[in-house]
Amino acid sequence: MAAIRDFSYYVKDLGSGLAHLDLAVEGVTCAGCMMKIERGLSSIPDVTLARVNLTDRRLAVEWKKGSLDPAQFVDRLAALGYKAYPFEPVRAEVVEVEQSQFLLRCLGVAAFATMNVMMLSVPVWSGNVTDMIPEQRDFFHWLSALIALPAAAYAGQPFFRSALAVLRARSVNMDVPISIGVLLALGMSVVETVHHAEHVYFDAAIMLLTFLLAGRYLDQNMRRRTRAVAGNLAALKAETATKFISATEISVIPVAAIAAGDIVLLRPGERCAVDGTVIDGRSEIDQSLITGETRYVAAAAGTAVYAGTMNISGTLRIRVGAAAEGTLLAEISRLLENALQARSHYVQLADRASRLYAPVVHVTALLTMLGWVALGASWHDAIVTAIAVLIITCPCALGLAIPTVQTIVAGSLFRAGVLLNSGDAVERVASVDTVVFDKTGTLTLPELDVVNAGAIPTDVLQLAGRLALASHHPVAAAVARASRMASPLEGIVEEPGQGVRGLIDGVELRLGKPSFCGAEGMANEILSADPEISAVGFSKGRDRYVFAVRQQLRPDAAATVSALLKRGVLVEILSGDRKSAVKHAAAVLGIRAWRAGLTPAEKIAHIDDLKQRGRKVMMVGDGLNDAPALAAASVSMSPVSATHLSQAAADMIFLGKELAPVLAAIDFSRKALQLMRQNLALAIGYNVLAVPIAIAGYATPLVAAAAMSGSSILVMLNSLRARRVAPEVM
Amino acid sequence: MEVLVYLVPIALALGLIGLLGFLWSLRSGQYDDLDGAGWRAIADDEPAVPSASHPQQLK
Repeated sequence: MAAIRDFSYYVKDLGSGLAHLDLAVEGVTCAGCMMKIERGLSSIPDVTLARVNLTDRRLAVEWKKGSLDPAQFVDRLAALGYKAYPFEPVRAEVVEVEQSQFLLRCLGVAAFATMNVMMLSVPVWSGNVTDMIPEQRDFFHWLSALIALPAAAYAGQPFFRSALAVLRARSVNMDVPISIGVLLALGMSVVETVHHAEHVYFDAAIMLLTFLLAGRYLDQNMRRRTRAVAGNLAALKAETATKFISATEISVIPVAAIAAGDIVLLRPGERCAVDGTVIDGRSEIDQSLITGETRYVAAAAGTAVYAGTMNISGTLRIRVGAAAEGTLLAEISRLLENALQARSHYVQLADRASRLYAPVVHVTALLTMLGWVALGASWHDAIVTAIAVLIITCPCALGLAIPTVQTIVAGSLFRAGVLLNSGDAVERVASVDTVVFDKTGTLTLPELDVVNAGAIPTDVLQLAGRLALASHHPVAAAVARASRMASPLEGIVEEPGQGVRGLIDGVELRLGKPSFCGAEGMANEILSADPEISAVGFSKGRDRYVFAVRQQLRPDAAATVSALLKRGVLVEILSGDRKSAVKHAAAVLGIRAWRAGLTPAEKIAHIDDLKQRGRKVMMVGDGLNDAPALAAASVSMSPVSATHLSQAAADMIFLGKELAPVLAAIDFSRKALQLMRQNLALAIGYNVLAVPIAIAGYATPLVAAAAMSGSSILVMLNSLRARRVAPEVM
Repeated sequence: MEVLVYLVPIALALGLIGLLGFLWSLRSGQYDDLDGAGWRAIADDEPAVPSASHPQQLK
């Protein structure tokens, strides 16, 4: 569209006459792309900086204000072969980035402290048996304290804060035993140093923090990366609206800059990007992304339209507004809110483990102390031994058991086309035994397809495709896509509500309603065979053809469904579409349980019913009407083409045309949960071996350090197995 | 053992310098793009000069 594009909303003023713009760029995969883009943009006069971030697939541009229009960068990138669009980082992503930098800082501090404390500890361990005199040992202990205490105070913050917060809420998580262990180890070591004792545990405490921070940082970093990709996908949708800036003038501006009360223009073939009410115009609209209903709805002044609605035939003027009472959106928002409130808070495996673990460990330490006193040891020795038990049991391996698996499985899922929205989704997916699909846009592809392209001669298809390129009608767009043509014919006339026509070599071409092309007879034949089809006529002189256009099932939908059934998972369809359409899809896919024509409230009711019967339900849906059901299910997934509200309610987003990511999510998650359990068992097994040594009083700092690193490495290596899932055929 | 009097401070100072270097590199955004940084190191400078040295780095 050649209207003015106004990106000023995204431009940041850096002061001193410089402006800054962040763009998401598609297709940057290698150093070559990076250099090509940076050189291509730097060669524009007045551009002071163009830097590609290859990890996040983003580009930062800075330039001297005044002379340049930001749209120019998008055009230059398009000329270089890259699709790009300005973007504004969402709040959640900014928080993730800050968090991950803080963790990396803590990790840096802890790692450097560990290295230096170890440098001092190793001579003490070995020096005890050779020639180290007690004064030297004390000196080394004091130096260790000097390094370890401030480092632990800084690097321990993530654990101390989380432990405090959870204790205030009168609960326990893994950070509580970690914090207690670290603080007691440090405190005891200081006291022991003052008393010129032989054994101190500064090294163990700071090393524990280093290992745990490494696990946390990797986990956080994976999450940050996923968010960045999700942010890019959102930006590259390039959602714009055509806004009236005066009674007669229009400008294309980003949706983010549209405010309630603005009036926008919606042309045929455009997808509405805002919620509002029609104030002028008549058209048919496709609400399938909203209600699941694939039949077109008539729209006139007063009709409510929602973001995601496709305009089919006429031009509409829409007043942007917040959801008014009584509209579908208001109803869905209310249901969604209820569902989110009722969502039972899932207790993560790590927290469940720590609720068992923390009391057991602390009681063991207490009993150790009392036992030694009863056996006649001094209070001092008894306390030191008890604290040694806490240090040995301090859940290093336990703290790594889950985040390491999570990091690796998130990476594997990412490669399989699944983005994780919520951190604990993996654990919840693993227990799923029922998958409920929405039909429209989930089992089917969001776009229309020509189903009989094979039956039509290639040259005819290509000609029809070139003609179709002139129209914005979604059915014409399907014909154009099927033909794979890129050059529209010239001199095409659009007959509103009928179709398009043009001339080639003196022969008239027509594409549109079958009646417009004189192909009603052929169209009726196709329609009687399958009522779901939209028939498009095409005529070239006296030759007549009919294209059958419909929403097709995702290419691997049937294979995925049968693979799910083979894994013992119950599969159901809950759709807002009418009965005949759902019945057909269910029959093709071999799904026995299906319901059609459901309202959002009925979808929730059915899911609640399944949950009551003890089933763990995964909901897969894309429509606005699915959003409350997504929130109500145990775990939920949306295709990337889903409405904003659904994507926000879903735990996972999957990319691409295929349905296989749903299966991958279940397989990887089951594997991950299995590995998490194994890791917990390994960690507990290590404790069973090490605790008696500590209780007996033989846990010297050397033993503690060796046991801690040994168990952590074992757990990490086991987690790496989450990268691969046994190649079970679908 | 008098050697400790200057060896220990040197060791600590070296550790501290390492830490400060790490924090500086973090603050200046060197960890923001780990994938890109590796490629930048081997990219040709402008104007393009064929890199004659260390061809084994070009993996």
